[in-house]
Amino acid sequence: MKHIKTLSKLSLNTTEGKGCGECQTSCQSACKTSCTVANQKCENKNQ
Amino acid sequence: MVHKYRFKDKYIALDINSGAVHVIDKIVFDILDYYDGENKEKVFSHLDHKYAFNEISEAIEELNELKSKGLLFSEDTYYNQYIFQKKPVVKALCLHVAHDCNMNCKYCFGTQGSFEGIRELMSFETGAAAIDFLMNNSGNRKNLEIDFFGGEPLMNFEIVKRIVSYGRKVEKKLNKRIRFTITTNGILLDDEKTDYINEHMENVILSIDGRPEVNDKMRRTWNGGGTYNLIIDNYKKFVKKRKDRLYYVRGTFTKENLDFSQDVIHLINEGFKSVSVEPVVVKENEEYAILPGHLEKIVNEYEKLSDYLIENAKHNSSIDFFHFNIDLDQGPCVIKRISGCGAGTEYMAVAPNGDLYPCHQFVGNTDFKIGSVYDEYYQNHLYHTFNDAHIYNKEKCSSCWAKFYCSGGCHANAYHINGDITQPYETGCEMEKKRIECAIGIKAVLDLEYGV
Repeated sequence: MKHIKTLSKLSLNTTEGKGCGECQTSCQSACKTSCTVANQKCENKNQ
Repeated sequence: MVHKYRFKDKYIALDINSGAVHVIDKIVFDILDYYDGENKEKVFSHLDHKYAFNEISEAIEELNELKSKGLLFSEDTYYNQYIFQKKPVVKALCLHVAHDCNMNCKYCFGTQGSFEGIRELMSFETGAAAIDFLMNNSGNRKNLEIDFFGGEPLMNFEIVKRIVSYGRKVEKKLNKRIRFTITTNGILLDDEKTDYINEHMENVILSIDGRPEVNDKMRRTWNGGGTYNLIIDNYKKFVKKRKDRLYYVRGTFTKENLDFSQDVIHLINEGFKSVSVEPVVVKENEEYAILPGHLEKIVNEYEKLSDYLIENAKHNSSIDFFHFNIDLDQGPCVIKRISGCGAGTEYMAVAPNGDLYPCHQFVGNTDFKIGSVYDEYYQNHLYHTFNDAHIYNKEKCSSCWAKFYCSGGCHANAYHINGDITQPYETGCEMEKKRIECAIGIKAVLDLEYGV
């Protein structure tokens, strides 16, 4: 493409097999006063 | 929903419902002021004086191609899937092992350790009961978390060690895995505790605000003295021994240090690679509160910090600023993004006497007491209150581009500022939006210009 470079094709639109809840709770990582979820890692090996 | 913004000399478009990130040129940036995926006549009527017909047509074709691949103007189809997939299990507990503190920090949300109650330490029996509670209520979740918090947890360190030993014994029997973490103010962090923590804790939060004069203004001893010199060498020794295992030095910025990028840089210059410095959340009438009028300065600081981190990354430095971390390839799934922090549903805090609260910031507020780890028949009467406080039920979140990044923000901040967990703390929202823009912008610059 000449006008657009796609940096990430991350697709949120499939939930099948996800939502396993094995990932870390966000407030247990480093914040404790402000929720930041998007920087958490997915731990679902099937994803 | 598409959010577009300029970061340095880059134009960026985020397709919110798919999560796709595009770096676009100025023509596309301008077209997106009008184009909704179908109405190209409107684009021509507004931009034909600025760009040639062929240029506009070409750019629209590219946008249409992304649309056909589901990477632009995509639909939000998640609501029903979220509702059906949520299950009421508890997977993380924050143990307040000490409602007491050897510091007297001005901005403490825990009333200098007491959480508006009596000063007390958690017993081993209560800690063990908390582990049992977690095991009994975690369903088929394998990965569980216990955070040792306070007050200052190192004031009750022998009990911390006994709780860890008990947890290790129980997890094996039930084929679970507990990740232990701890947050400390560093005063009591001697060699023995350092070695124990480095062996047993998967993540460690070391509290410090940054430059000595900034730290000492807020983080004080009970005699009114500063604490920087009491902790800095402990932290340096700790981090050296920890090697590449996870830790963060974590600070809070207030109205008193709106130039907080200097505090982040100070901590990095002192040798710390993983740093988190975040805004204080208090009522607006506190003298050190962050107010809407401070936002312009704060936005500017995040930009300065972005410049600094880009410069570092260019030289292969592995600095990790917590709030700019973002994984554009495999971040959390959409269910996690909708459900948010899990406070009051899968995450709870345990007071020293075993009482359960939705999170560490609600401890001591009896309106939010859920029960006790000693309850024979546990039932979370606040489950639906917190489970329903998701982005689709918050009016301000449902139309916000940042909803799948911040997941609706902190319930406790919303409650403490607005008295309602469904009414987000707007000044916090503005800062979070800027952090997200910077996090993605830094990735774009490093990827396109430096291949990092």
